[in-house]
Amino acid sequence: MSLLTLENVTLKFGGVTAVNNLSMSVNEGEVFALVGPNGAGKSTVFNMISRFYRPFNGKITFDGQNLLDRRPNEVASLGIARTFQNIELFDHATVLQNLLVGRHRHRKTTLVEEILFMGRTRSEERKHRLAVEEVIEFLDLQAYRDKMIMGLPYGVRKVVELARALATKPRLLLLDEPASGLSVEETQDMRWWIDDIRRQMGITVLMVEHDMGLVSKVCDRVLALADGAALAEGTPTEVQSHPAVIEAYLGTSAISKTANAKGERV
Amino acid sequence: MEVMQLLLSGLANGCVYGLVALGFVLIYKATEAVNFAQGDFMMLGAFVMIGLVNPQYLGMNFWLAVPVALLIMAALGYLLDLTILRFMFGQSQTAVVILTIALGFVIRFVAGVIWGHEPQSLHSPLALGDVRAGGVVLSLADISVIVVTLLMTVLLWQFFQRTKLGLAMQAASQNQMAAYYMGIPVKRVQGAVWALAGVVACVAGILYASKGTLDISSGFIGIKAFAAAVIGGFGSLPGALMGGLIVGLIEPFAARYFPTGYSQIAPYALLILVLVFRPNGLFAQVRVKKV
Amino acid sequence: MRFHFKTSYDHDIRLFPDRWTLSVYGALLVLMLVLPWIIDSFYLGEVTNVLIWAVAGLGLMLLTGQTGQVSLGHSAFMALGCYSCVIMMENGVPILLALPLAGVLTGVIGAIIALPALRLHGVYLAIFTLALAILADDVIVILSPWTGGVNGKFAPEIWIFGIEINRWANPASWYFLALGTAVVVTLLYRNLLRAPLGRAFAAVRDSEISAQAMGVDVARTKTLAFGLSCAFAGLGGALLGLFAGAFNNETFNFLISIQLLMMIIIGGLGFIHGAFLGAIVIAFLPQFLSILTDNLGSASIPGLETGVFGMLLIAFILFEPMGLYGRWLKMRTWLELFPFARRDMFRRQKTYLKTERLR
Repeated sequence: MSLLTLENVTLKFGGVTAVNNLSMSVNEGEVFALVGPNGAGKSTVFNMISRFYRPFNGKITFDGQNLLDRRPNEVASLGIARTFQNIELFDHATVLQNLLVGRHRHRKTTLVEEILFMGRTRSEERKHRLAVEEVIEFLDLQAYRDKMIMGLPYGVRKVVELARALATKPRLLLLDEPASGLSVEETQDMRWWIDDIRRQMGITVLMVEHDMGLVSKVCDRVLALADGAALAEGTPTEVQSHPAVIEAYLGTSAISKTANAKGERV
Repeated sequence: MEVMQLLLSGLANGCVYGLVALGFVLIYKATEAVNFAQGDFMMLGAFVMIGLVNPQYLGMNFWLAVPVALLIMAALGYLLDLTILRFMFGQSQTAVVILTIALGFVIRFVAGVIWGHEPQSLHSPLALGDVRAGGVVLSLADISVIVVTLLMTVLLWQFFQRTKLGLAMQAASQNQMAAYYMGIPVKRVQGAVWALAGVVACVAGILYASKGTLDISSGFIGIKAFAAAVIGGFGSLPGALMGGLIVGLIEPFAARYFPTGYSQIAPYALLILVLVFRPNGLFAQVRVKKV
Repeated sequence: MRFHFKTSYDHDIRLFPDRWTLSVYGALLVLMLVLPWIIDSFYLGEVTNVLIWAVAGLGLMLLTGQTGQVSLGHSAFMALGCYSCVIMMENGVPILLALPLAGVLTGVIGAIIALPALRLHGVYLAIFTLALAILADDVIVILSPWTGGVNGKFAPEIWIFGIEINRWANPASWYFLALGTAVVVTLLYRNLLRAPLGRAFAAVRDSEISAQAMGVDVARTKTLAFGLSCAFAGLGGALLGLFAGAFNNETFNFLISIQLLMMIIIGGLGFIHGAFLGAIVIAFLPQFLSILTDNLGSASIPGLETGVFGMLLIAFILFEPMGLYGRWLKMRTWLELFPFARRDMFRRQKTYLKTERLR
């Protein structure tokens, strides 16, 4: 059953068409990847799902509900969590506090209960904490629990961002380049985690990734984008060997597209 | 005729606001920082001029003193950048705002120590003489304010559009790191901007002091100039001038047609309305943070 | 060096993480309670002043330090708190009711005013609130029938449970009123920080975009922060006016809000301790300077306080942006780690500015 569907979605910035009449659907329980050269519109798709951008036309539905009716902060309460390409953590807070913000959508206490720290606030805090500890355990973040984000190395921040997204207990997880900037070992860890997230937690994953090695290992299906439009869809092997994809990346005939893909890790 | 008179005096005041607002916008355009001390810069520039020209101080010739004062203020602007603002490179915008507020406090204190707390007036040849045309009286100072302001706006605008330094300033503001990598000496460029802001403030100060008396709290007109810059849309030089004129024009008309007590709130009320309904100024530019 | 061995989640949830912290703050509270019998009434008045400024400072701290929104207009809300409290008291409402009500009223009005200002970022919000502060001055004059305009108002007599709270006759009573308010406000502030809302504040401060992605309603959170901040500032303003005995539109000049902002920065942005340390600087700097000028035998220099204040602030922003409390934390860490502290351990991270403009 498809959990997330985009139908004929188009988005323009000024004169540039970032996403052009794109349709796709992500099934419940699968790991789905968006690949494509820089500027292909992958992150833009994420930002439309997060409702930071509003598409010009088209429909985005999540679990049968129209996402375009929702405000950005309501997307999280539907059960969609995400990470960002250029890590967006709360820098002046500890890892623990960052993960607890992830629990915000499960907040039940009111302002008055919190400011007086009534009994329910305390018991809710314990529950939030327990949920967060499970994520810390899962991603091996125990050593960093009380560390400030500001002083953490890049690789750890990347994991903390994943942890924060998991702390929301999502049904759909959007990962924007989960392996970019990670070492070989860290990428390996990321691979196992993504596998476990799907298998153990039953979370559907939609990710943008350039590392085709990772994509082919963890993904069930891949959609290749170029210039905002769908190029090819299928299993990782199918997409990798699709002539249009090879052309988009290597530009056997279209030289202008090579310029787009310059500096890209394929 | 009365309307005409209000219009002209409003225009002249508005030009002073516009000039101070130009200073704000100049620094904002080039460093992305907001200088809350620009009004106090103006006050300081005016006092430097008084110190040079007035008989109880140095008693220099007015026209000789103008370039000297401009030079002093330019040097001061550059020095401020060298000693203080340069170390804010890479800090948040808010930190710079608070720093410049503090700078304003210090400038007021220093000016008070040197020139005292009594109002003073500049012995300016511009302060003498009126021009009468068809029942409307216009002082020489008012006319020179309008002319000089227009000239300054055009000059600065051309500077940003045409010259290499102007373009470097804009580039430096939009992405410090990238500009640095492209070989733009970001720090020196920013020093030049603060020097230029000092010059603009000094021009505004000389004109302001020619129109009336000056004391150390005159710098607070910077707040009105701020309103002007925001109304015009921060980041646009002609916008700053327009904003200044709007604020300048509102004041005399509000004073004439509104009950007392309500007139001085008019510019701020307008500022709040603009911020609420057109937060990017009347001449808007849209912005979205990219993730 | 102390190690925290956590055995339950409550270690992180409760007010004081361990016995040691509890005893330190307990000792501080005991000291504060016996203070009237230790120092003379002049200094007791100064300490009262510190506590009042700290209450207002905590208000601005919640907005600026916790939520990252700069306000240059809190003098307006201090004025609102003060006038509403005094007007209620003049109409027979007892102070123990009037004070919290004034706070709530200021908070609600603050939140309503914040609604349109929410879309404004950084500098624009600062300008908006600065305009509010300037308008407040004129509005007080316009509303003369209620506020007394430029002639001002005198604070009514204060009675709590049959005891007259009088600054001159019984300075200790005023001190306890201020201390009580400061303790209550600090507790409320602490509660917020350890609850989801406090974390949402920090989230909005550090990254609005990812706060949204985590389900934080940024607009609502900012409104709440602004409202709560105004409520505390209103309480501080009410105490300030009552303590001064008489006040008019000039008492809550816009320079007061700038002073308040400078105070929390010098104290240490984002820390409760910062508000108190800043308040100590604000209250004692004038004394210190006048003693200094007396000893140097020079005549008093007008404007010296604000000048020195400005210089202090510049020095702090340049050399210690985390304020006095930040400096203390660093010293403590240095001592705990001695001799293993490294020089660049506390190096600041630079955020290379990128434009927010598109053009």
